[in-house]
Amino acid sequence: MTEEIIISGFGGQGVLSMGKILAYAGIMEGKQVSWMPAYGPEQRGGTANVTVIVSDEVVSSPIVSRYDTAIVLNQPSLEKFESQVKPGGTIIYDGHSIIQPPTRTDISIYRIDAMEEAARTGNSKVFNMLVLGGLLKVRSIASVDDVVKGLRKALPERHHKLIPMNEAAIRRGMEIIEKMN
Amino acid sequence: MYNGQKDIVLLKGNEAIAKAAIRYGYDGFFGYPITPQSEVLETLAADKPWETTGMVVLQAESEVASINMLYGAGCTGKLAFTSSSSPGIALMQEGLSYMAACEIPGVIVSVGRGGPGLGTIQPGQADYNQSVYGGGNGDYNLIVLAPNSVQEMCDCMGRAKELTFKWRMPVIVLSDGVIGQMMEKVELPPFIPRRTEEEIGQQCPWGTNGIGLKKRAYNFHSSLEFDPAVMEDRNRKMSAKYRQIEVEEVDYELYNVDESTEYMIVAYGISSRVSMKAIDMLREEGVKIGMLRPKTLWPFPEKVINQLSKQLKGILCVEQCEGQMIKDVRLAAEGQTKVYHTGRSGGIISSPMEVYEDFKQLTQATAN
Amino acid sequence: MTKEEIISPENRIYGKPSLMNDTPMHYCPGCSHGVVHKLIAEIIEEMGIEEDTIAICPVGCAVFAYRYINVDWIEASHGRAPACASAIRRLWPNKLVFTYQGDGDMACIGTGESIHAMNRGENIAMIFINNAIYGMTGGQMAPTTLMGMKTATCPYGRQADLHGYPLHITDLAVNLEGTCYVTRQAVNTVANIRKTKKAIRQAFENSLNKRGCSVVEVVSTCASGWKMSPEQANQWMTENMFPYYPLGDLKNIQN
Repeated sequence: MTEEIIISGFGGQGVLSMGKILAYAGIMEGKQVSWMPAYGPEQRGGTANVTVIVSDEVVSSPIVSRYDTAIVLNQPSLEKFESQVKPGGTIIYDGHSIIQPPTRTDISIYRIDAMEEAARTGNSKVFNMLVLGGLLKVRSIASVDDVVKGLRKALPERHHKLIPMNEAAIRRGMEIIEKMN
Repeated sequence: MYNGQKDIVLLKGNEAIAKAAIRYGYDGFFGYPITPQSEVLETLAADKPWETTGMVVLQAESEVASINMLYGAGCTGKLAFTSSSSPGIALMQEGLSYMAACEIPGVIVSVGRGGPGLGTIQPGQADYNQSVYGGGNGDYNLIVLAPNSVQEMCDCMGRAKELTFKWRMPVIVLSDGVIGQMMEKVELPPFIPRRTEEEIGQQCPWGTNGIGLKKRAYNFHSSLEFDPAVMEDRNRKMSAKYRQIEVEEVDYELYNVDESTEYMIVAYGISSRVSMKAIDMLREEGVKIGMLRPKTLWPFPEKVINQLSKQLKGILCVEQCEGQMIKDVRLAAEGQTKVYHTGRSGGIISSPMEVYEDFKQLTQATAN
Repeated sequence: MTKEEIISPENRIYGKPSLMNDTPMHYCPGCSHGVVHKLIAEIIEEMGIEEDTIAICPVGCAVFAYRYINVDWIEASHGRAPACASAIRRLWPNKLVFTYQGDGDMACIGTGESIHAMNRGENIAMIFINNAIYGMTGGQMAPTTLMGMKTATCPYGRQADLHGYPLHITDLAVNLEGTCYVTRQAVNTVANIRKTKKAIRQAFENSLNKRGCSVVEVVSTCASGWKMSPEQANQWMTENMFPYYPLGDLKNIQN
């Protein structure tokens, strides 16, 4: 199994940390992982994306131009990455952030209203964990248990009290994701 | 499965450099922030090794100061390192020449970005010439290691420590913005204590540290020599050392290369990772292609390339610049096979698909 | 009387410090460097710290300082002695680390390294020989060349519009929080030589006692560069340099 994932959105949406937690979860599953961000001055407010590869084998290139799964959290990201999803692959988009949804018919398209859910619960910080939950529901990359273990590794000790809140958001994300085609 | 007993962590290449240096018992770090390597100093500052191993960490006023701090540290027998990126390494060239001239140990981590000039902060491999051929004055070489994973970034700090003292010369770890910024699984080495002052006194009798001065002639390090005959003699001794390093320290890795291989990619750093995937795609189509990855750029694995060139229909040199290492590959091949270049520059990295397509286009061109 | 009888111990009233070796000096007659070298050797010997001393020499006339005093030396690249010394002092926290620099090294090409080492409060001593000219390269303008003073590169005299003003780096050092001791001395008379010796000793003690950065400027002659006899050079220095670079302690914090 090799899953090549692009996560893309605005800086501040938690794109990079979502990728990091996913990569840690992969390690907990005993898999090989790579996490490669587009870095630069546009870290806050501009576009941010990260390529995460989780594989049973050694990861060759951390840079790819075709993805198994694209998680797009703003319109420019969708426009950039829709065509780069492999046939049979998956797109997950946030319902609030995408005005014109994807149109391809040879891939699976999922919508998750994570922004709305985060706003509804008054906790915008769990937005990325809701999306991560959605991903875990539709792609069997890692178990929720391993993601929680990953969170323990990824977060400094002083933030461990936030883990239950994040776990709840992941489980909620798994409930609210819906298939669009 | 993940083994909780080992120090296995998910780290950026830059973070791995910092954590490895602490564990390998480095005595000091002196550096100046520059993208894309600032996490080296940031990680050291956060980990506070001066409270644990006693390692000194100092943010210098410039790269010029950094390399001269390294020179001073190395002169006294201490093990220090610095890290920077392309324009910062350019500023260090004078200091590197001095260190090479005085045969001073020290480790320089170079996390390359696209150039020339201020260039771009995005990753690049346009500093092969800068590292291997040097921008400093005079006849000198530097050992250049080329990691292609976060684990190798970590391991290179151990290898560099060994080589810099063995041969008494600076060692460059030449990386790129991708390897520096990407995160991968790393197994960190166990902690090795820093050498005591007494151990330094014994292991580095040439050190200008005052130890045992009353029982020996005083030491000094100077690259100045007004007598040309003496200067030439110094240069010849250094050359003899360099020739020995070329015999002993060449390191490379072969990927899918055997007697049946018809085409070979030569690539280091991020280009070798991208190329592995392109090779997998081509081999699925039956192309007999493999890769030679230099792990030392100086000394360069020229003998093995020369040997393999006899059986090859072509070599594709993949590097993220307009073509620098390709000259060494061509020299090594001695015209026995054609050598082509592919790669992007200015901060763009080839995708595996681009390497795949360029290979097909270039080799088709030879058939016609 | 034979030579041996003259130099027999009971006749000796003055001697070369034992840390100074017999290498013939390359300095010109009348140059201040030799006197300052002797003071440094004397002080290290008197303090008994030759095994705890690391000295850094510059590029400039003092580039060969390592030939004359029997302690461990590093010849730094031009202007970078303070960077070199900073690293060494941090890595060897119980050693005396000092730089020996001229005006070009300290106040021109190495201004950045000098100011930052001072400002970080590095526990080093910086000996600064200011003779207002580039001696080694043959008498060109220095950052400290006086207004109106003629050199090979300002042959009609230093003018503000063409060359800017002399840099008072020692006065700048006073205002930096990392310096504990800043003084300006000279070695033109026996009294001044004694004062300079006292100043350098204090700078060395400050380094060992971790008090911060000490700067000892020695206003010096360059008879060759100034194209004067040694005697004229001392006279010229007294009349022209001292009014512009007045002698005395500029800062002395003892704690």
